[in-house]
Order: sequence, then structure tokens, then C-alpha cells
Amino acid sequence: MGLSEYLSLPFAQHALIAGTLIAVTCGLIGPFVVMRQMAFAVHGAAELSFTGAAAGLVVASNPVAGALVGSVAVAGILGVMGDRPRERDSSIGVVLAAGLGLGVLLLSRYNGFAAAATNILFGDIFGISTSQVILLVGLALGVTLVMGVIYRPLLFASVDPELAAARGVPTRLLGVVFLMVLAITVTEAAQVVGTLLVLSLAITPAAAAQRLATAPLTVTITSVILALVATDGGLLLSLSGTTIPPTVFVTGISFGLYLVARLAGPGLSRRRHRRLALIRSAGVA
Amino acid sequence: MSSSGVVHLADLVAGYDDHRVLRHLDLDVSSGEIIAVLGPNGSGKTTLIRVLLGLLEPSSGVVEVLGSSPRAARGHVGYVPQHRGFDRDLPLRGRELVELGLTGNRIGLPWPRASVRREVDAAIAAVGATKFADVPIGMLSGGEQQRLRIAQALLGTPELLLLDEPLLALDPARQAEVVAIIDAHRRATQTAVLFVTHEVNPILPIVDRIVYLVAGRAAIGAPEEVLTTETLSSLYGAPVEVLEAGGRLLVVAGDESASGLLGHHHHDHDHDHDHQGERGGRPWG
Repeated sequence: MGLSEYLSLPFAQHALIAGTLIAVTCGLIGPFVVMRQMAFAVHGAAELSFTGAAAGLVVASNPVAGALVGSVAVAGILGVMGDRPRERDSSIGVVLAAGLGLGVLLLSRYNGFAAAATNILFGDIFGISTSQVILLVGLALGVTLVMGVIYRPLLFASVDPELAAARGVPTRLLGVVFLMVLAITVTEAAQVVGTLLVLSLAITPAAAAQRLATAPLTVTITSVILALVATDGGLLLSLSGTTIPPTVFVTGISFGLYLVARLAGPGLSRRRHRRLALIRSAGVA
Repeated sequence: MSSSGVVHLADLVAGYDDHRVLRHLDLDVSSGEIIAVLGPNGSGKTTLIRVLLGLLEPSSGVVEVLGSSPRAARGHVGYVPQHRGFDRDLPLRGRELVELGLTGNRIGLPWPRASVRREVDAAIAAVGATKFADVPIGMLSGGEQQRLRIAQALLGTPELLLLDEPLLALDPARQAEVVAIIDAHRRATQTAVLFVTHEVNPILPIVDRIVYLVAGRAAIGAPEEVLTTETLSSLYGAPVEVLEAGGRLLVVAGDESASGLLGHHHHDHDHDHDHQGERGGRPWG
């Protein structure tokens, strides 16, 4: 079967819709993840969605719902434990270790088909049902809406926390809300690339975008575009008559784009430095 | 704008947990006044700023800013936090940093708006930063970043300016420029200024009064009243001497017991990262 035949099949259509939604949400949160140095939080939330999925399987035979509820619970716990970077990293480590242990215990109590749980580790984008697509649409809309509302105060709180607090921005509350949004987004993304590879959508495109653009909004837009290219490009390649899993292509393209941005980065920054030197030498210190 | 009564503190006690940093402080600041807040590390300088910003509730006593509570007065207070360099690759230009000072507490996306842009342009021009306002903030020198910080604080023509160590990490020529900008703004708008600093000499020409804090107790008055061997020795409770050398004032220890109290005046930019945290941590300066 070629690409065009595949595209007429529901599983491929579902995969592309899901991939697009996930790319948009990951691309949106990515720049804030990079700015707030929360890469480890992404990794922690992703791995802990395995525990949530295992709990969901045992309790209600529903790994996705379990992962979602689990990720919000974890975000709440981490939010209460502290929002300062150093504190945060160690509390994530502690919760992550305990959570994974719990996940293994839950899985050992589960008598059903274990693939349902391992799918969440590596992603199962070609196994997405119509109801899951509908859930994803809802989540993506929610995440986009919340990010649209908190974007400016979150940016303020991320780059300039002291002044933001002095201006009445609820920096602590914003930190917790962003952690929730992050956890939900990461849990969604886990269905495409798996919990182990979520970083390739939630961080890599944003890290690449930051090397190319200099203003917050352009970085966000670039990050979304790069995430879309990686996800949809990876899915289409995987459907073009190969037996290689899409995860490989998605992470590969994402990493390739990052490499290109890194290579272009020094040239761009040299140009900016030259311009700055020119500005300075033109008087008015 | 009232002609006086910008700040009213009566019998103010404030601190963190069981540690009282400020003890029974009385202070009234009128519009147009520039007050230097001096003292060694841990003497309560930043704590005073945090109380005036409404970020720290006093344990007892009266705090009024512009005749109301510090929180209610927030929109009329400009604030330059202690300098904390920006990451070199932070995707934020100087102009956007300044703009966040005006709009950062509003929800939504930071779309450019003509009215905001005019106001931001005027503030940037007032500090002579127009030329480098479109350069990523992390690429700018400490002096250039500080100018943009001051532009941000001047937005909206505040009636009270709180400056926390604005001269830190600047060379003497840049220090003089910053002092000149503050003085010009005070003359033009009759704003009151509280200027926290370790180094009194650069601002001595423009200062009306001095608040000299040692271990939470204060000596308040004109520079020639406060910066005397007698006043400071009684404040420190140990012999210190005020010397004049080459037109500069120096506060030096009179004996061993005093040298520890004076603290390490020129080393604190190493410490200025944690103290603004929500729960306070150590109350540096």
C-alpha cells in the first residue's frame, strides 16, 4: 500500500489529527519549558503518566483516563512542594522515583494484556480510536485556551519574577497552572511518541526555535511550526511504505531540525553582535 | 498628586518567621525626595522594599503608601529589582522587557499595540536606550540592561520609585549616568525615590536624606547628620569612623569588634539570587 491508500484509512487519519493537535500544544508550551528550565519536569510528568496509566488499567481498564488524572495529581503535588528551580528538581526526582515504583506494583496486579501499558511508554499513534481523537481535541482546545489567557503574565513571571510579583502577578499560582497544563500536554504527547520520547516534542522544537528567533511570540510560533513538521512529517514518512515505527521518524526529524538551528545559530548571533557593536559605536552609550 | 505623604511608616516591625529584620522603624517620605537606604548585609534594606511593595506583611506597625495599603498603591510604584543578569539566549528584547512592566500583569497574548508602544518608546527614550532597545536583553551590558530596567520602572509616571542596588556591577561612569537619569526624572515629575545602595558616594550629590539601617534599627536624617562618626558608632554599637578622602566618604571600622559588623560591602552580588523567594529565605540586605 502507498501513502495515498493509507491516508484513506481511519487509523492514519486519526494519527494525523492526533499528531497535529499534540504538535501544536507541545510547540506552545515548549518555549516556557525552556525559559523556566523545566525539562526535568517534562520528563518526570511523562514517566509518571506510566504510573497513572497502570492505575487506570487496574481500576477502570482505561489507561488514558488514568494517565490524565495521574498527571494532574502529580502536577498538584509538585506545585505544593515548591516552584523554585532547585527545590523543584529534587522534588520531581523524589516523586518520580516513588511513582515509578508504584507503577510497577500496579502493573504486577494487572491480569490483562500488558501491551496496553507498555504502549504508553513507546507510543501507539496508529492505535488511536475515534473517542480518543475527540478527547484529544478537547484537551488541545483547553491547553491552547489556557496558554492564550496566561501567556503574558506567565512570560513576565518567567523572565522577571521579582518585578512580576511586585506588580501583583500571582507568580506562584501561575507556576502551578503551567505545571498542570504541562502535565496534560505531556500525557497527550505520550500517546504519539511515548512517555520516553516526549522531550522530542515538548523541548527540542522550542530549543531550536530559541536559536532562530529573538522575540517571545516569534519563538512560540516557530516552535509550533517545527513541532508540526516533526510530527506530521514523521507520520507521513512512516506511512510511505516502511515498517519503521513513526516514533523513530518524529524524534529523528525533531533532532535534525534542532541540529540545523544550532548550526545556523552561531551565524545569526554573530550578525546580532556585529549589529550591536555598530549601534554602540554610533554614539549614545 | 499630593505634595507629601508618599510613604508613611510608624513603629514598623517586619521579618521572616521568627527573625525580626526591621524593628520599630518610623519614616515619612514626601514627594520629590530622594532617600538613600544604606547599611550592611542583612540590615533590612531589601526587607523594607518588600514591605513597601506589599510582598511582605509587617508583623506590626503602620505602612501606608500614597495614603493606602502597599498593595492598593502598586500601580503608582516603580520598582527596579536587584540586578540579576539575563541569560544570553533569552528570547526577549529590551523593548519587550520594558513593555512587560506596563502590561505584564494583564492576561492574553503580547500583541503589539500602538498606544502601549508610544508609551514604551517614550520611557526608553527618556533613559537614552532607544538605540539598543531591539537587541536581545541578554546580549546587553550591565549598564544597558540597567537603563532598560529604569525605563521599565518609570512607565506610567510612578509617584514612588523603589530602586534596589541599581548601581551594583556598574563602573563609575555608568553609575553617574544612572544617578543623573534618576535625578532628572525626580525633578521633572516630583516622584519620591528610595534608593537602596551600599555605595553612598555616587548618589550623595542628589540625596536629601539617609536611612542608615544596622540590624533593623535606623538612623534617619540629612547626610551630614547621619554620616558622622558619632551617629554611626552609636548605631553599630561599636566604634566606626567616617572619613573623607578625595571628596569621598568612607565608613571604616574603629576596631576589631566593628570590622565584622560593617560586613563585606563589595561581595554581595554573589548572594542576590535567593532572597526574593516567596518564603524569604535569608534576609540579605
